[in-house]
Amino acid sequence: MNGMHDVGGMDGFGPIDIEKNEPVFHHPWESKAFAMNMLMFGWRKWNVDKFRSSIEKLTPRQYLALSYYQRWVTSLADRGIEAGLFTAEEVKAGHAAPGSPKLTPPIKAEMIPVRFKTPRNYARPVDTKPMYKVGDKIRTVTDSPEGHTRLPRYARGRDGVIIHYHGATVFADSSANGNENPQHLYAVRFSARELWGQQGDPRDSVTLDLYEPYFQHG
Amino acid sequence: MGRRKFLGGAAAGVVAGAATTVGGGESQAQTKSDATKPDADSLYHSHEGGSLSHSLLPSDPALRVKAMETLLLEKGLIDAAAVDALIDQYENKLGPKIGAAVVAKAWVDSAFKKSLMEDAAKALTSIGITGNGAEQMIAVENTDEVHNVVVCTLCSCYPWAVLGLPPAWYKSEAYRSRVVREPRKVLAEFGVKLPEQAKVRVWDSNSEMRYLVVPQRPKGTETMSEAQLAALVTRDSMIGTGIPAV
Repeated sequence: MNGMHDVGGMDGFGPIDIEKNEPVFHHPWESKAFAMNMLMFGWRKWNVDKFRSSIEKLTPRQYLALSYYQRWVTSLADRGIEAGLFTAEEVKAGHAAPGSPKLTPPIKAEMIPVRFKTPRNYARPVDTKPMYKVGDKIRTVTDSPEGHTRLPRYARGRDGVIIHYHGATVFADSSANGNENPQHLYAVRFSARELWGQQGDPRDSVTLDLYEPYFQHG
Repeated sequence: MGRRKFLGGAAAGVVAGAATTVGGGESQAQTKSDATKPDADSLYHSHEGGSLSHSLLPSDPALRVKAMETLLLEKGLIDAAAVDALIDQYENKLGPKIGAAVVAKAWVDSAFKKSLMEDAAKALTSIGITGNGAEQMIAVENTDEVHNVVVCTLCSCYPWAVLGLPPAWYKSEAYRSRVVREPRKVLAEFGVKLPEQAKVRVWDSNSEMRYLVVPQRPKGTETMSEAQLAALVTRDSMIGTGIPAV
């Protein structure tokens, strides 16, 4: 969706705020927001694409009003309500409803090393052969899908060159709705001139990983 | 003052309406939001759409997280010790020292470097680095002709397996919006000066592939040990916003 998260190429956010010797977390609540989100993946009610999609659904005003980890905890509440793990009333109360059933067993500490050392592999077998090869020129689609997509606005309707074939992987756009629908994935290089016109430096480029459905065919 | 009080009441009414109509009650909530449409404040607090929970949870960040933590614990969804263990993992175990050791090894061991550049996931597995996306790693090398820099414009994708969690600036709208369009200005803010002929290659990590920049080994380090070299490799140099220096 054309949400506030899709900021590539925008003006107005000012200089980069670089902090020396930055801590991993700036407040204890940030670390809790992070940890709760990571643990809740363990219930397998949503995947990483659904996670990202739920943050993208924040309105522009909500997105910019919330700090990074506030987006995580707010969207966690949204995802949990949608998945039926708890209700909106319980989120508002900040407590489980009296007499509501416990959803055990909880995600426990001893599961963590196992879960996070487990390889995450997004490669999937597909029946089709890749339509493109390294060196081919492609043009991206101009679609503005309502749902999740990993083709940012700045790279839509642009000409690029395939520099690498990654194989077929889970397709993020479908996976956000629970359907892996694997697709061929390529690294595509776009010249800065193609993306930004005269403001692009002729020496420079941006490379994105793009699924085959992001290309205009023929 | 009177107006503000009125707005507050209107917003609270809409929130209560939404809370009692989850799961099929959207049309009722929509009607209520239409009634308050002229008021920017109440729209913001209720039904511009987006996150329902945003209007249900406390606005103070610490209280917001506390409310969710309490709920998840009471529901039996997570275990308090697991929260602490996970924080310890990401605060103290993962981090750029892992990546620095990988880069230093690549600098001194040409066979490892070849393997890292050809298939980073396989090379990392061979030295025991797995999980946290190590399986999706791709290494890109800086030379006199090419300078690489990594971003995730859509969210905050980052090579956790070798660098840990990203710094705040990497996740900021400022970095994400600008580095794809004006990478040289951004690099200058980080103090990175490039040779005139160098091309800047920006990598927008928009799939599950994760990018590690292998910086150039500084001159004058020929006699250094692998451990001494690793100490020169900064986090920023592996994102592309820094250059290792002696």
